[in-house]
Amino acid sequence: MSYDYIEFGQTEKEFTSKIEEISGQNIFSCYQCGKCSAGCAFSNLMERTINQTIQLVQLGQKDKVLESNTHWVCASCMTCTVRCPREIDVAAIMEAIREYTLRYEAETIERLDLPEDLLKKIPNIALVGGFRKKSEL
Amino acid sequence: MRIGVYVCECGKNISATVDVERVVDYAKSLPNVAASRVYKYMCADPGQELIKKDIEELKLDKVIVAACSPRMHEPTFRAVIEDKGLNPYTLEIVNIREQVSWVHDDKKKGTKKAQSLVKSSVMRSALMEPLDRKKVGVTHKALVIGAGIAGIQAALDIAGSGYQVTLVEKSSSIGGKMAQLDKTFPTLDCSACILSPKMVDVGRNPNITLIANAEVEQVDGYVGNFKVKIKKKPRYVIEDKCTMCDDCVPVCPVIVHDEYNENLSPRKAIYIAFPQAIPASYIINPDDCLGIDPLICSKCKDVCGPEAIDFDMKPEIIDDEFGAIVVATGFETYAIENLGEYGAGNIPDVITGLEFERLISPGGPSTGDIRRPSDGKLVKKVVFIHCAGSRDPAKHLPYCSKICCMYSTKQALMFKHEVRDGTAVNFYIDIRTGGKDYEEFYQRAAEEAKVVYIRGKVSELIQDGNEILVKGVNTLTAETVELHADLVVLATGIIPSQGTKDIASVLRLSLGINGFIKEAHPKLKPVETSITGVFVAGCATGPKDIPETVSQAGRAAVRACNIIAQDEIEVEATIAHVDEILCRGCGICVETCPYSAITMIDTKRFGNTYKVASVNEALCKGCGSCAAACLNGAINQFGFEDKQILAMIQALGEE
Repeated sequence: MSYDYIEFGQTEKEFTSKIEEISGQNIFSCYQCGKCSAGCAFSNLMERTINQTIQLVQLGQKDKVLESNTHWVCASCMTCTVRCPREIDVAAIMEAIREYTLRYEAETIERLDLPEDLLKKIPNIALVGGFRKKSEL
Repeated sequence: MRIGVYVCECGKNISATVDVERVVDYAKSLPNVAASRVYKYMCADPGQELIKKDIEELKLDKVIVAACSPRMHEPTFRAVIEDKGLNPYTLEIVNIREQVSWVHDDKKKGTKKAQSLVKSSVMRSALMEPLDRKKVGVTHKALVIGAGIAGIQAALDIAGSGYQVTLVEKSSSIGGKMAQLDKTFPTLDCSACILSPKMVDVGRNPNITLIANAEVEQVDGYVGNFKVKIKKKPRYVIEDKCTMCDDCVPVCPVIVHDEYNENLSPRKAIYIAFPQAIPASYIINPDDCLGIDPLICSKCKDVCGPEAIDFDMKPEIIDDEFGAIVVATGFETYAIENLGEYGAGNIPDVITGLEFERLISPGGPSTGDIRRPSDGKLVKKVVFIHCAGSRDPAKHLPYCSKICCMYSTKQALMFKHEVRDGTAVNFYIDIRTGGKDYEEFYQRAAEEAKVVYIRGKVSELIQDGNEILVKGVNTLTAETVELHADLVVLATGIIPSQGTKDIASVLRLSLGINGFIKEAHPKLKPVETSITGVFVAGCATGPKDIPETVSQAGRAAVRACNIIAQDEIEVEATIAHVDEILCRGCGICVETCPYSAITMIDTKRFGNTYKVASVNEALCKGCGSCAAACLNGAINQFGFEDKQILAMIQALGEE
C-alpha cells in the first residue's frame, strides 16, 4: 500500500497562501461540507471534486491540485459561490488556481521563434494573451 | 364493590393498535365493574374530571386506568381518587401502551391482550386494600461525594440554600480534573482563574465541611436518614499549622512522579498538589515517604518552623448522618496502553489530551513551552487524533466521549497561539460541536489559526528517528496519507472513574452498560438514581462538558435540598411484611434483600424463643425480592399480596 506524503513545509505553505492571496479567500474557512461539489453542473466531468481540490489546497499539495482538470472544467457559473455556507467565493478559488498555473507555467510561445512578419501583423494583446495562454499549439 | 374502568386512547398511541371501544365493552361484562369509559387523553383535565364525577355519582370504590406505564401517571391518578376520598393505593393501572400498543402491530391481537390485562386487573382490584402512607424524620444535612467542579458546585449550591453540607474528596485537594486543565473551550478562559474562586469559596463557606484525603466507606439507612462512615486518611501535616512556606520540600530526599502533572514531572514525598490547592496545606504521601518515622528520616519535621508535621496521625473514622447524598465522582480517561496501533504508551512523544494540558500550562512540567517529553525539543508539528478509543464498539469504547472534538480543537488552537509558525493537524471522523458557541469556536480554530482538519482515522504511529510517522487516510480525497510529527496527542475518551465504581458498590447504585451510574430517567430524571435520596452530577453518569456538569450539579443540589428542607418525608407504602407464625427463620430473605432492610430478630411464642425475619419499614423499597424468595410464603408485600397476584394469573389463565 502506498501512502501519499503530506509535507507541511515552506513550499506547501507558500502555495496555499498564494491561492489565498490571488482569490482573496480564507481557504481554511472550508469545513468540507461538499455543497460546492453537490451543486456544480460539471462535477461529473471533474477528475477531483471541488471540495477535494480545496482540501488539497489546504494541505498545500500543489502538484495534485494542478494536475487535475477540476479548475479548467469550472465555467465560473458561481453556483458554488452563491451556495457556500461559509461564504467562500469558491469560483474565485478555481479562478485563482487557473491564474496560478498561467503565472508559473513556462510560456508555451517563445517570442524569438515567431516569424518577423507575423509579429508585425498580430495585435499586441493577442501576443501577450498567447504568451499567457495554456495552449496546445 | 363498585369498580370503574377507564380506557385511554392516548391520541393514536393506543387506539391505533387497540380497539378501545371493544375493551370498554368487554370490561362492562366483568364482575364488580360499575362503569367503563373511554377518553382521548385520560390524563388531561376532562379525563380526570370524568373519573371524579363517576366516583361521586356512581359511588365507585375502586378505580382502574388502562393507559400508559404507571411510571408516567400513577401519581396523577392516585391524586385524582384521593381527591374524592378513595385510598390512593387502591388505584390499579393497566399498561396498554408500553406493553401493548407500542410493541404490537396486529390490532386484533392487541385488543385481545388489552382485554386480558384489564380482566386480570379487575380481579386484582377487587382484592386491593387501603394502605397507609408512612412518614420518617429527616436529617437537614447533605453529603457530596467527590470535589471536582460537579461536587464543588453542588456543595456551594446546597450551602447557598442555607443547609449544612459535607464535601468528601479522595485526593489531597479539591478541584478534580478541571484543576489540571490550562484553558477551557469555547472561551479560552484560564481554567484555574474560573475554578479557584469556587475552591476558595468552599474553604471559606461556614455551611461546608470539607473532608479531603478521605473516602466514603459505608452507607446505611435510607432517604432522609443516611448513616455514613467516612475514612479520613492521615495527612501527617496539620492543616491549620501549615503556612505553605515550602521549607520542607527541598530537604525531602524522596523523588516520585507528580500525578498532577500527569507524571511528566517529579515531586517530593511531602508536597502540595498545586499552588491553589484547597485545603491549603502540604501533605505527606505515606506510600512515597521513607517510613513516616523520625528514626528513618525526619528531615521535613526538623525544618518545619510552625511544627505542622505530625508523624503520629492515624486514620480517622467519621460517622455522620445525612438526609441526601450527591455523588460527583467524575471520570478517568481511557488508558493509552489499550491502543496498540498508537504505540500502547511505548512511544514517549505520543501523549494523551490531559498530558498536553499540563504540557501547555505555565504551571506545568515545561513551564508552558510546548516541548517533547522525549528530548525536550520545542514542538513545531503536532498531530491530534480524535476518537482515540471512542466510537469503537468492536474493541474499545462504544460511545462518543462528547468533549474530545472540542478539547482537541482547543488544544490545536492554543498550540497555534504559542507556536505561530507551527502546524497543527487534526485527524477526525466527525466534528461534533454540540454546545453554545462551540461551532463558532471550531470554525475560528480553522479560519483564524489555520488548524488543519483531515477526515479519517490514523492507522498506525511509528517512531521514525526522532519523529513520529503518522499513517492514516484522508477519506475526503480518498487517499492514504502519511506525515511526520514531533508530537502526537491522543484524544482519549472518558471512562467511569474508579471512585464512581467504588461508590456505586457502596451505595448499591445501578450502573449502565458502560459502567457509568444509571439515571432514574435519561431525560426527565437525569440526576436522580435508583436509590431515593441519592443524586448524581457530572461525568459519573457519562461524558459531559463543564457547562453541563455545572448545571447538573445545580439540579442535584436542588433535588437534595427538596429532601433536607423537609421535617418528614413519605416513604414507600408497598413494603414487605412478615407473618411471624409462618416464618421458619431460615434467613433466605436477609440474603436476598438488596437494601439490607431485613434482619433476624428473636421472638417469644408459648415460652420458646424463635428467630424470625423483621422488615425495617424505612429501608424497604418494595422490590418484592424477599416475598418471591420466601419458601414458606411468610413474607408478603403490601399492595402485591400473593392472593392478588394469583387472582391476576388465574384470570390470564382462563383466556
